[in-house]
Amino acid sequence: MKAAPPVLTGAAWRKISEGAINAALLACAAVSVLTTVGIIGNLLFETLEFFRIVPVFDFLLGLKWTPLFDPPSFGVLPLVAGTISVSAIAMVISLPIGLLAAIYLSEYASRNTRRVLKPLLEILAGIPTVVYGYFALTFVTPLLRQFVSETQVFNAISAGIVMGIMIIPLVSSLSEEALNAVPQPLREAAYGLGATKLEVTLRTVVPAALSGVTAAFILAISRSIGETMIVLIAAGQSTTLQVNPLKAMETMTAYIARVSLGDNPQQSVEFKTIFAVGMLLFSATFVLNLISQRVLAKYRQVYQ
Amino acid sequence: MNTPSDFRRQLENRKRLGAAFSVVAFAATVLGLIVLAVLLIDVFVKGQGWLDWQFLTSYPSRKPAEAGILSPLVGSLWLVALTALFSFPVSVAAAIYLEEYAQQNWLTGLIQTNIANLAGVPSIVYGLLGLGIFVRGLGLGRSLLAGALTMSLLILPTLIIAAREAIRAVPPSLRHASLALGGTRWQTVRNVVLPMAFPGILTGTILALSRAIGETAPLITIGALTYIAFLPEGPLSAFTVLPIQIFNWTSRPQADFSKLAAAGIVILLAVLLSANAVAIILRDRLQKRQ
Repeated sequence: MKAAPPVLTGAAWRKISEGAINAALLACAAVSVLTTVGIIGNLLFETLEFFRIVPVFDFLLGLKWTPLFDPPSFGVLPLVAGTISVSAIAMVISLPIGLLAAIYLSEYASRNTRRVLKPLLEILAGIPTVVYGYFALTFVTPLLRQFVSETQVFNAISAGIVMGIMIIPLVSSLSEEALNAVPQPLREAAYGLGATKLEVTLRTVVPAALSGVTAAFILAISRSIGETMIVLIAAGQSTTLQVNPLKAMETMTAYIARVSLGDNPQQSVEFKTIFAVGMLLFSATFVLNLISQRVLAKYRQVYQ
Repeated sequence: MNTPSDFRRQLENRKRLGAAFSVVAFAATVLGLIVLAVLLIDVFVKGQGWLDWQFLTSYPSRKPAEAGILSPLVGSLWLVALTALFSFPVSVAAAIYLEEYAQQNWLTGLIQTNIANLAGVPSIVYGLLGLGIFVRGLGLGRSLLAGALTMSLLILPTLIIAAREAIRAVPPSLRHASLALGGTRWQTVRNVVLPMAFPGILTGTILALSRAIGETAPLITIGALTYIAFLPEGPLSAFTVLPIQIFNWTSRPQADFSKLAAAGIVILLAVLLSANAVAIILRDRLQKRQ
């Protein structure tokens, strides 16, 4: 192919095209910033509309969540209580087990064992959450009902347990990273003082990695608060304020999903509630993620 | 006071405690795997009787015996293809910018912090974003296009992080060689960096896309329908996907639908497994080359 007669000199043309490419790439990178602006703007706009109808404090401090009843009541605390309960159950499972797994993989396992076990654990994190929801409802709940007969068909505990298992790889891989970052001389010093392996692990390595492990724990909490499908399928729809894990509970995420599934008119107050609840959910996870990042940044400074 | 014999006895105890702990730690590690095995076996046993050619080639139906998974399967493929189409170029371009072009200034810092934060936003919040902006704002309705755009934003942070890692793995000496030969920055990126980083980027992309295949909550929020008995005709068509169909079957009380859900899960896991297998094969080929 013959080149067209140059209108611009090579150098000038190159400068322009390089500048254009730079701008185009920057625009793509800016999409992520726009996404955040979009998320916050969208939630804020709808939430403020909602607060025009329902006072902020009625929403944040109210004990009754019955937006579909007449007269409606918009106290979000039952949903918050449901979220915290399910999340707490998940944490009781995933934090100790995840940390123990991390300790095993980092301190005890041979290289070959680790090479086999780690990717297998990661599979757990790759199973779609709808599958976990199915498992909680059709396997874990019937199993629990055999032992504890007052367990309801929809209950917080099986959703929490299954969610906890789902989160194990998150806790274990982040904690393992933190444990691995502990310098070897620290371990050797402890051994030199006559400590056994367990003592080295629990009294030297884990405390030294504490901020990294804490960051992992906070991230796990944030993850459990934001999980939707398991609770939507297995935890039920009760918005009565109570904390019995054998009974049905509704979380903030499950509520948003349930209203989306229903056929409420999109201009109704009921529909606007999902944005207010979404705003609360976003704020909670955002703060937790920020804290986790701060804690992590601190521990990086110590060892690097 | 401790005598030597006391010490020896205590040491025995300390060692025994250590041995017990290592057993507990190992048990904790494999517990998750045992549950995974139970889950897979349970789903397979329940769904087994329903997995046949008819299941794959029929539309969802109110009668369990006639129900199949064709429209959700095709819907999932459409959705993932469109999502890849939108998210791949944007994320690769963003990663190139951050790795090869960006200077260390406040804007770069903002973009990086922002990507890290976006990765932690619950998926259902992306659903609310999609509902507000794509479904209502842009008037795309409950279409494949709205779903794919929502999914694209959802996986963008993961994709950018993976692409950046792949680009960072290209040795700087190769860039220096290209620049020394008079190549411009873009020529260096296009002819040297991208070809080297491509398999890594592809692997990361497939993993992120498989997350999009399994996601349900954001699509529920944007209003993807749970009962679709036709195939999508284009990006503006209404649609359903595998996880939504599974959810739909799961939430029905009849036992047969529960088994259909199990069969659907087997198909979903098979799709994810093949996507991951492709990713692993690509990664291995990359490692061999370098």
